[in-house]
Amino acid sequence: MNSLYFQRRLSRNIGDKFFTSLSVICALIAILPLIFLVTYILIKGGSQITPEIFTLEPNPPGDDLDAGGINPALIGTLIITTIASIIAIPVGVGGGIYLAEYSKGGAFSRFIRFGVNVLAGVPSIIAGVFIYALIVSTKILFGSMYSGLAGGMALSILMLPTVIKTTDEGLKLVPNELRYASLGVGASMYTTILKITLPSAFRSIATGVVLGIARAAGETAPLIFTALFSYYYITGFGDLFYEMGSLAVLIYNFALEPYDAQNKLAWAASFILVLSILSVNIFSRILAAFTEKTKRV
Amino acid sequence: MEEKLTLFKNRKRFGIEKNIDIIFKNTALVLSSFVAIILLGIILVVFFQSFESFSRYGLNFLVTSEWNPVKDEYGAFTAIYGTLVTSFLSLLITIPLGVGTAIFITEDFVPKVVREIIGSFVELLAAIPSVVLGLWAIFVMEPFFRSFFVFLHNFFGWLPLFSTEPTGRNSFLAILILVVMLLPIVTSIARDTLNQVPKKLRNAAYGIGASRWKTIFSVILPAALSGIMAGVLLALGRAMGETMAVTMIIGNSNAFSWSLLSPGYTISSMLANQFGEADGSQVSSLFYAAFVLMILSLVVNIFAQWLVKKFSLKY
Repeated sequence: MNSLYFQRRLSRNIGDKFFTSLSVICALIAILPLIFLVTYILIKGGSQITPEIFTLEPNPPGDDLDAGGINPALIGTLIITTIASIIAIPVGVGGGIYLAEYSKGGAFSRFIRFGVNVLAGVPSIIAGVFIYALIVSTKILFGSMYSGLAGGMALSILMLPTVIKTTDEGLKLVPNELRYASLGVGASMYTTILKITLPSAFRSIATGVVLGIARAAGETAPLIFTALFSYYYITGFGDLFYEMGSLAVLIYNFALEPYDAQNKLAWAASFILVLSILSVNIFSRILAAFTEKTKRV
Repeated sequence: MEEKLTLFKNRKRFGIEKNIDIIFKNTALVLSSFVAIILLGIILVVFFQSFESFSRYGLNFLVTSEWNPVKDEYGAFTAIYGTLVTSFLSLLITIPLGVGTAIFITEDFVPKVVREIIGSFVELLAAIPSVVLGLWAIFVMEPFFRSFFVFLHNFFGWLPLFSTEPTGRNSFLAILILVVMLLPIVTSIARDTLNQVPKKLRNAAYGIGASRWKTIFSVILPAALSGIMAGVLLALGRAMGETMAVTMIIGNSNAFSWSLLSPGYTISSMLANQFGEADGSQVSSLFYAAFVLMILSLVVNIFAQWLVKKFSLKY
């Protein structure tokens, strides 16, 4: 009769206890450092933020106590990411439209989907190496070598797979009835895509694209020998063809400086970068969860 | 009656509308083939740039570790060894931790809300730029682990892995920061796969009297194995190509050493360090190293895709 009750001493119950505690320990080892990491970055970086940081140029490293600000890098990150988006979004959305709407699952589309996955796995520094060989060393852009434009191109290679994938998957979720209805009343294929399917997949595509942009904004490896770095204000359109600073490269350069003032500037830049990337991520997650809820009703 | 008929009169499409349709389709086709063009372009460009170095050193490049721009002697063994060692060892630490965490947040040990918060927190961490992790590694992790490394060297110094006196940045720290980077990837993929295992399997196992962990080990993990393996391979690809955090903490030394406590090199950190200032045949040798890195990560990635296709869940 006793065998029907839970017996603590049975080897299977002891084993279960053991593995349960093991998985709790794993989770603690995995999560505690991560929590520590995020709080440390936010506190240490947040404490370096002053209004001047947003407006000043960084001073060249030296035993100078005043490191200046990160204005050129901040603007540079915005410009380089914008260039990358201008290239990657049209190409990616167009490619995604072809995969989801026109292709019939033949060899070509399978090859492209495979290529998208492979391109997503190419190390980011290889994108930098590629653009260096193609654009920087050949001086093909009106004789300029390192430039913000080249940096934007390198980043766009990293964004492209994300954009294609989210467009492809977003469009595939649109029910076929909508397409049939539109084609049935005599609309042509491009009208159907532009007026019916793209708008109804807009939110999921936009979320994916925004997440891709946020990821690209923090990439450093493709920029260190394409856009390089600059200490000076960005004043006009012509600066696109010269070396351009970015938050990510600023963090890299100034973290390796032996001077305290530069290190603090790197922390401040990390704070701004991490805070904006995390808030974009959280915001789009909330938006996605919200859309899902309204859809179910 | 007449009017209605004219309303539905058969109208042929205008030529211009047809043309727009064709142009639209072909534009989309061209845009989608950009992916293939870029991918082939990357492979071809890196290959042809490395040709000079390839024809001079051949496969010897892979097994010698001389890197001397003055004497024009190049060999990438130290960097290749560093890439493989850091990525495999970091994966070895990450797999049990990540899968354990994934099991923790898919079983019902704690309330669902807590599990969801942990899950989305881990996913958020994948978004932190690696350069920021590198900064953190330099200023927080390195001082934190300094005494631990001294301890390792004092007690396990007889092992070749810990045979050098620890001095600041080293390969072991690079492995640890890679673990921090890979954990979110492995955990979130393992979690998704575990969640996809049908409830029926679990209930059947419970029904014939299996305990919770017997169920996990004999039913749920085998069912999720292919997905977890694919996630692990993706993480391996990421670890091989990871540049910034590793470059900042590994110490960047081309002197070969078996010890994890000495400064090391990986292919990507070598590229990040030398590419900007290289000229002459050094550039070609760097391209050769980049080519090796690309082949390594391509092989891992393609294998991961093949694995997913071959062993995707059959339940």
